[in-house]
Amino acid sequence: MFSKILIGRYLPGNSLIHRLDPRVKLVLSIAFIFMIFLATNWPGYLLATAMTLLVVNLTRLGLGVFIRGVRPLIFLMLFTTLLQVLFVTTGHVWWAWGWLKITTDGLVNGGAIFIRFMLIIMFSTVLTLTTPPLDIADALETLLRPLQKVKVPVAELALMVSIALRFVPTLLDEAEMIINAQRARGVLFNEGNLIKRAKAFIPVLIPLFINAIKRAIELGDAMEVRGYRGDVERSKYRLQTWQRIDTWAVLVFIIFAILLFNFYFVF
Amino acid sequence: MIDIQNLTYTYPNRAEPALNQLTFKIEKGEWVAVIGHNGSGKSTLAKLLTGLLTTETGQIKINDLIINEENIFEIRNLVGMVFQNPDNQFVGATVEDDVAFGLENRQIERPEMKTRVKEALGRVGMLEFAKREPAHLSGGQKQRVALASALVIEPQVLILDEATAMLDPKGRREMIDLVRALKIELGAELTVISITHDIDEAAHADRVIVINDGQLIEKGQPAQVFNNAAKLIELGLNVPFAEQLKAKLAQRGVKVPQTYETTDGMVNWLWQSISKQ
Repeated sequence: MFSKILIGRYLPGNSLIHRLDPRVKLVLSIAFIFMIFLATNWPGYLLATAMTLLVVNLTRLGLGVFIRGVRPLIFLMLFTTLLQVLFVTTGHVWWAWGWLKITTDGLVNGGAIFIRFMLIIMFSTVLTLTTPPLDIADALETLLRPLQKVKVPVAELALMVSIALRFVPTLLDEAEMIINAQRARGVLFNEGNLIKRAKAFIPVLIPLFINAIKRAIELGDAMEVRGYRGDVERSKYRLQTWQRIDTWAVLVFIIFAILLFNFYFVF
Repeated sequence: MIDIQNLTYTYPNRAEPALNQLTFKIEKGEWVAVIGHNGSGKSTLAKLLTGLLTTETGQIKINDLIINEENIFEIRNLVGMVFQNPDNQFVGATVEDDVAFGLENRQIERPEMKTRVKEALGRVGMLEFAKREPAHLSGGQKQRVALASALVIEPQVLILDEATAMLDPKGRREMIDLVRALKIELGAELTVISITHDIDEAAHADRVIVINDGQLIEKGQPAQVFNNAAKLIELGLNVPFAEQLKAKLAQRGVKVPQTYETTDGMVNWLWQSISKQ
């Protein structure tokens, strides 16, 4: 049931993108989300789509994996698109029924939203699919390190993030197991109205929470026995090294950004 | 080497103590199995030995170091522990990260960490899994990683807190064989305290300690302890297969040896008694 969800999962590989420095990947992914809003016309969208497809292709994981990653969110995407199509009322009217109108502007806006959504999701799944969770946490830690000066507990936050990411598959498996166990006891998950469905999840959530707390206690014990003490600086097993491909990745992205800026102002 | 004197521990909000006036010694290099039914206080003992719990009544000394809140981190350099649940003690995102966790906490330099992680993983036969994530490992493999994580800090005492309880029979046997091989390799350098339900694991130990309701009932060599099979069964514990066989044969009126026998010993005895007829 949950095995289809790709958010937060890491698929091992040895592609160009896999070997990139996680810091680069993290910064560029965030930058891409902001950049996408600069694409406001067809050359912009074309460029952004080309960039995304290039990166997706470079991961060597196959486009299918990414499309499957988008699938759980397709409803949300279609819903927002539909809202845009139906409620943007400027431009040439193609079809009208009462106060509902489908206009050229609406269709264009809807399409734009859809493409933006799609590209953002695909681009950010590149980060999680090609980077082990701990690397992302490490990257976050390095990038947030300046905040240590204003008393933000960066190392603790990074450890929390890495443990949270590490437990995502474990907890998903457990949730699935509990759902099946409750099903075997006669709980119906896909029947009845919204309230009934929500209620059906109570016998899943409560054991899940209780088990998570038990896990946390045991994990805390295991960490303490291995000598973890929050107040002391720790050394790092993982090393992040800047390689030549990282410089190249940044350069390519800068060129992409400049082109996108150009299209934004020129067209 | 480990000296436990009048150890008593009562959990907050409980009337009955979990451990009551426990006194015994464990010599350097010994392999001691602690057995007892559920809730007999075995795990409490493990937590006290690692300083996860501390008590005012009674004391534990490891290498003449009394366990208390001041020297807790020195104690943890001496003691490594493998817990029961393979998932809940896996801190790192991958096998090698998990093994390195204890070294990071001790601010070991990176090059040294690399070699020690490799060595520890090699010891438990998990070197080729170094980059794997816990979700892709079996329970037995996760426990081997946990063992490597405990060994990487080079502890003098290794505590196995029901480390094989959640494994299948194959994983359990592999884990016991692994600990046995380690014990042979490290000899007197490693003291093993295994807290267990598994009677085969206990049968491999140098000495068995039986705890019931927080009190020490019996201690001695496996042969000595398991010879008293009736008493163990009364305490709700299992006895080794050979002892079960002896009891069943005795029920059918067969004269069985009075001394403790291993499975192999029982096989020999059966051969002999059959060929005499």
